[in-house]
Amino acid sequence: MLLLKQIHKVFNEGTPDEKVALKNMELYLKPGDFMTVIGSNGAGKSTLMNLISGKMIPDLGEVLIDGKDVTMVKEHKRSRLIGRVFQDPMAGTAPAMTIEENLAIAFSRTSSRGFKKGVTKMRRSFFQEKLETLHLGLENRLQAKVGLLSGGERQALSLLMATFTEPKILLLDEHTAALDPARAELITALTKEIVKTYQLTTLMVTHNMQQALDLGNRLIMMDKGQLIFQANDEQKQCLTVEKLLEEFQRIRGEKMNSDKAVLI
Amino acid sequence: MQKTTYIFKPSEGMRTMPTAIFGSIEAGAIYALMALGVYLSFRILDFPDLTVDGSFVTGAAVSAVLIVGGTDPFIATLAAIFSGFAAGCMTGLLHTKGKINPLLSGILMMIALYSINLRIMGKSNVPLLAEETVMTKLTAFWQSLGLDEMLQTVLSATGFVPKTWGILILMLILAFIVKVNIDLFLKTDIGLAIRATGNNETMIRSFSADTDLLKIIGLGLSNALVAFSGALVAQYNGFSDVGMGIGMIVIGLASVIIGEAIFGAKTIVRATLAVIGGAILYRIIVTAALRVEFLEAGDMKLITALIVVCALIIPKILEKQRERQRKKRRAVQKAYEGGEQLAVIKTDS
Repeated sequence: MLLLKQIHKVFNEGTPDEKVALKNMELYLKPGDFMTVIGSNGAGKSTLMNLISGKMIPDLGEVLIDGKDVTMVKEHKRSRLIGRVFQDPMAGTAPAMTIEENLAIAFSRTSSRGFKKGVTKMRRSFFQEKLETLHLGLENRLQAKVGLLSGGERQALSLLMATFTEPKILLLDEHTAALDPARAELITALTKEIVKTYQLTTLMVTHNMQQALDLGNRLIMMDKGQLIFQANDEQKQCLTVEKLLEEFQRIRGEKMNSDKAVLI
Repeated sequence: MQKTTYIFKPSEGMRTMPTAIFGSIEAGAIYALMALGVYLSFRILDFPDLTVDGSFVTGAAVSAVLIVGGTDPFIATLAAIFSGFAAGCMTGLLHTKGKINPLLSGILMMIALYSINLRIMGKSNVPLLAEETVMTKLTAFWQSLGLDEMLQTVLSATGFVPKTWGILILMLILAFIVKVNIDLFLKTDIGLAIRATGNNETMIRSFSADTDLLKIIGLGLSNALVAFSGALVAQYNGFSDVGMGIGMIVIGLASVIIGEAIFGAKTIVRATLAVIGGAILYRIIVTAALRVEFLEAGDMKLITALIVVCALIIPKILEKQRERQRKKRRAVQKAYEGGEQLAVIKTDS
């Protein structure tokens, strides 16, 4: 479903600030795979997301979605295939517009927009039905401005908007990081439920190792622009946060040692 | 000899005040189209578009030149609308494809249009007084309906008899039709996407909307309305002048801000109505201001700027005051509750 081939991305090339964001990145997600991505700051997680969504274009390599090469396809065209939820709960919705208007915008993600009415009766009842699955009572507040909702409610709405049109790929960029623990838990539960219902091929970046272990069927760890550790479903079942940290230390340590060897 | 000073100019006197207000409502209804255009760019797209100063004149110039050349005034006005659309699209292209800052793209287009408008007209002023215009045609149409006589007899008791009601009523109807169409458009799929572009660009791009294209369309529509207004103003005043657009953006902003402050802007339907109201109110304020003895017609731009400044600052001051009073009330209440506790402690000891 999603295939990344030998992706390279360098920032500020040729300046003292040169930074290799991704080095020889290879990734393959089968339809229905739910992969969690962990790694320290600057590991290249965000760059990975931006390259898939089309916000950035790789220096080298290819991005394939559903068998189609989309490496050079512009962000807005590519987003017909991709659903996205951002870290900032304010980023995924338009605050000055009502809940139903926001949903109508999300609903037209997969088609071209014309002069037809955005919120029709039929769509409205569909929206209501979908909002009920969030269990937040938003189905009774269709005409409320989204700016009036709390951060948790907005993020739940963003999640619904990104998924109810069943995108080929769902990208979740630390989408619970800016919420308080209770809200984060709610959104995590919703994510689990929604991904399962629609069988979405999902890539989720997170800083929370426990979350990375609880969700999904695959896990990868990144460091300095490289994929350093992978776990499939079975391996993932036996992992704990401690083991992950150990693993991280071990791989890093080895690398440092080999660096030392080169230097000596 | 001591010169008597009057607050109101005696030449115009209080007796003609109704006529002046009648005139300002008439003009206000025509300028309302321009204000609706500014509303589209300034409020919906969140794009302070200075092209308006130029595209207003482009509309006037195109219609005037075509009318003088013998084109039907309605077709000439239609051509003016398209010229405004083109001007707006150019500003949009400069901003989106040329990556030029919004204010600067508007200023660049405004300056470029000044020369273009001079080229269109061939001179700095094209008179239309002897020509057949949309206004003369509409007046003739209205008079054939015979409604004036009816209104005149109804209102004769007040002693106020305007030349014709036609322009006022037809222009108000036109402004209203445009308003309803804007409301409907902003509720279509493409309209929703344009609103989201001005509200949260990251979001709308993640929902497969081409924000560049939407901005270009939005600015095109906005300036089409501005040029429409310019064409009608030229035909209403009987001339098109290369300087008639100076400060137009500020007048548009004044109308939008005054309208929203007085009539509210909770929903789009309400906001567009408020903009029309604001445009008319603005004309009335200016007319009233010009009746003050020491002010001259040349002071109009200064008055406009002052109106906008006041309309921008006063709501903020009021809000702050309300906030302070609310806090004070709460603090007093807390102190009161705390005081009671203190009293309890004192009696205990």
